[in-house]
Amino acid sequence: MSLALETTALSKHFGGIYAANNVFLRVESGARHALIGPNGAGKTTIINLLTGVLRPSAGRIMLKGRDITNLAPHRRVQLGVARTFQINQLFGAFTPIETIGLAVSERMGSGGDWWRVAGSKPSVDSQIVEILERFHLTDVMLESAATLPYGKQRLLEIALAIACRPQVLLLDEPAAGVPEEERHEILASVVALPKDVTVLFIEHDMDLVFSFADRISVLVNGALFAEGSPQEVSRDERVKAVYLGEDAADE
Amino acid sequence: MSAPAYPILIASVAQYLGRRARWRSAEYAFWAIAAATLVLLPGKHLILTEIAILGLFALSLDLLLGFSGIISLGHAAFFGLGAYAAGLFAKHGLISEPVLALLASGLLAALLGFATSFLVLRGSDLTRLMVTLGVSLILRELANRFDGLTGGADGLQGITIAPLLARFAFDIGGHTGYLYSMAVLFVLFVVARRIIYSPFGLSLGAVKGNPLRASAVGISVNARLVTIYTIAAAYAGIAGALLTQTTQFCSLDVLSFERSADLLIVLILGGTGYLYGGLIGAILFKLVQDWLAAVTPQYWQFWLGLVLVAIVLMGRERMGAWFAAARSLIRRE
Amino acid sequence: MLTILVDGIAYGMLLFVLACGLSVTLGLMNLINLAHGVFAMAGGYAAVVLVNRLGMPFAVALPLAFVVPAAIGIVMERTLYRHIYAKSHLEQVLFTIGLVFMAVATVDFVAGSQQVFIRLPKALEGQFSVFGIGIGKYRLLIIVICGLLVLGLQIVLARTRFGSQLRAAVDDPRTARGLGIDVNTVFAIAFAVSSGLAGLGGALGAEILGLDPQFPLKFMIYFLIVVAVGGTSSITGPFLASLLLGIADVAGKYYLPKLGAFVIYTIMIAVLIGRPQGLFSRGTGR
Repeated sequence: MSLALETTALSKHFGGIYAANNVFLRVESGARHALIGPNGAGKTTIINLLTGVLRPSAGRIMLKGRDITNLAPHRRVQLGVARTFQINQLFGAFTPIETIGLAVSERMGSGGDWWRVAGSKPSVDSQIVEILERFHLTDVMLESAATLPYGKQRLLEIALAIACRPQVLLLDEPAAGVPEEERHEILASVVALPKDVTVLFIEHDMDLVFSFADRISVLVNGALFAEGSPQEVSRDERVKAVYLGEDAADE
Repeated sequence: MSAPAYPILIASVAQYLGRRARWRSAEYAFWAIAAATLVLLPGKHLILTEIAILGLFALSLDLLLGFSGIISLGHAAFFGLGAYAAGLFAKHGLISEPVLALLASGLLAALLGFATSFLVLRGSDLTRLMVTLGVSLILRELANRFDGLTGGADGLQGITIAPLLARFAFDIGGHTGYLYSMAVLFVLFVVARRIIYSPFGLSLGAVKGNPLRASAVGISVNARLVTIYTIAAAYAGIAGALLTQTTQFCSLDVLSFERSADLLIVLILGGTGYLYGGLIGAILFKLVQDWLAAVTPQYWQFWLGLVLVAIVLMGRERMGAWFAAARSLIRRE
Repeated sequence: MLTILVDGIAYGMLLFVLACGLSVTLGLMNLINLAHGVFAMAGGYAAVVLVNRLGMPFAVALPLAFVVPAAIGIVMERTLYRHIYAKSHLEQVLFTIGLVFMAVATVDFVAGSQQVFIRLPKALEGQFSVFGIGIGKYRLLIIVICGLLVLGLQIVLARTRFGSQLRAAVDDPRTARGLGIDVNTVFAIAFAVSSGLAGLGGALGAEILGLDPQFPLKFMIYFLIVVAVGGTSSITGPFLASLLLGIADVAGKYYLPKLGAFVIYTIMIAVLIGRPQGLFSRGTGR
């Protein structure tokens, strides 16, 4: 099996603090790979490094064997890496139609067209509808993103990443902040992703992790602490200690 | 209740996006009135020309401020370059036909815009203010120093503009000048309108609203900003060239800080982000300025400052009601 | 060449005294105050009136050139400025430009548009001869006064309680409030001192920079350059930036007469391309 994503000795430090410390991450193609760890472990930092929002202090990042360490964020998207943010990063004034339409146009290479009216390409329109349908957003497709309820915003956030037709999808706590009743809808949309899309996701909800992931990496203080199949990780005493230790401290 | 069928949805989406770009009746009314002034107000053509030029200049800044989120305190740099270019083309007979000279001046301004666009890509609002102000002041210093070429503080003298398209001579009453300015303004406005409602324009809105997310969906933020900055510079340069061609004079004040500051006032009067703000603001600004100059010829700058302070203190919320009304007449809401 | 160095240092120190307040208000309140030069002008004109019209000694007029703008500053801060702290940078820019227009027109109306001069005491005219090189007495005085001010500022910031409150409020206003620091009072005092220093700089600089109603507009860019190059997270940043710019400007104008004025702009653009947050600041700045 080939590797969709691979990092070699990936590190990021701010002053004396290592947000990411010598991380060797290997994500297989088509995997549903979870990245877990206590708060502040550096999980979002890893995603920021993978997507190019942060530049690494050391190490390399490979996408399907291609070195993308020095590529700008938008270039990585064009190569097939898309992400969602832990806190919704939407375009508040845009409707779902405009939001998804933006991503579809960019992917099809017509995002820079300045002469024709946006929406005059039927192929774009049909793709917009297909994605909105899939994420149950057609009933709110004419409302500005800022006015949508949180659950719908979260769906839009994920739909936006999907609209980029990524080969590798990075989800940063997809169910975060979503009310209990709506979590299932979020997860269902992620489960329904095509098998050839590789998914790396951060999650705190262990039920979601164990029901969805086929591989888990545990990050503690910026370093890879443990890795393996869900069974292996759930039985690992050190992992339990790290999490239980955190729980014990909260009590 | 079952969801509508696919083809219906696709049609709805297409209709929604198409409707965004459609001309509103208020817009037709605006341009009809503007066209009417060509015939109905012959005595006012000189000041109307000033308004048209100021409106075009403000439109160019609105492309940056209102649509792309770039704040600039030195937009006069492009205006001034276009103005001097047009003056020099005419004075030294390099390009005698005014429309060609206009386009050439716009091109020069675009080149300067392109060259300096990299400076506004990074940094905070303050950095952008600084850098844009710095560029315009450098240009002003250059114009001041090389007074052999530019006439320095006395201005560029001895400009005579050849007849438009070799047929329509510029007259004292300013009728040709006004028709010319209005035509240029209208054409450039239509082009700007196409740009705004295009996929490119949509991506600008994304860049303005959330640049982080924009790059996360594959938009090359820098490339888009450089493009719109260059276009805005070209528009400003053409406005400057129009000024020189319609007044047959050009002096250092086209590069002054006051020009850039006046422009910000125009946009705060008219509102940003819906293309007509610059035009409406220009009308209001000129009327206010003329009235103030008549009332207190020497110290009208004081009252202008007071108006500015009052507007900001009054706040966007109260101005917002008026803007929302204007906007809803013109943009989809 | 030493003369140029001394001139440059004097000019730089003057720039610092004039501009450091701007750095503080930007760093502290995230306020872009383009009207900062108005306070400098106020101090300058106050000194002119006190010395030329009322016959006060220069040494007495200088502290008053601090006090008068500081008082104006407090009044304006409480009545006008505090309404725009929360507004966007664009609105702050427009608001303060409006203030500048009003101030410039007012001074023009009251005092006329010609340049004004302060009648300096005889003792300050002429030069000292150091190793056969002439060093202007007035410039030396500027260096001394400004140097003392810099030291004083450093001491206040580092050693006093107010100083640490100020630094805390600059770093993180919300947390500072949570710690019981009265951030509003800190703002008011900082603004007053900032305006006072500008006024003092205006009075000291009237001889060297030229004082007329257009002063706030003419020198706006220089203050902004100091802040942009020096950053807002320390006092030493703007200080070093001012010295760099002062020496570069004086040297540039001497050695490259046609292009001298551009040296300062070029440095600014070069710095802002390379390090948008300023040469000497840490972190991402504002």
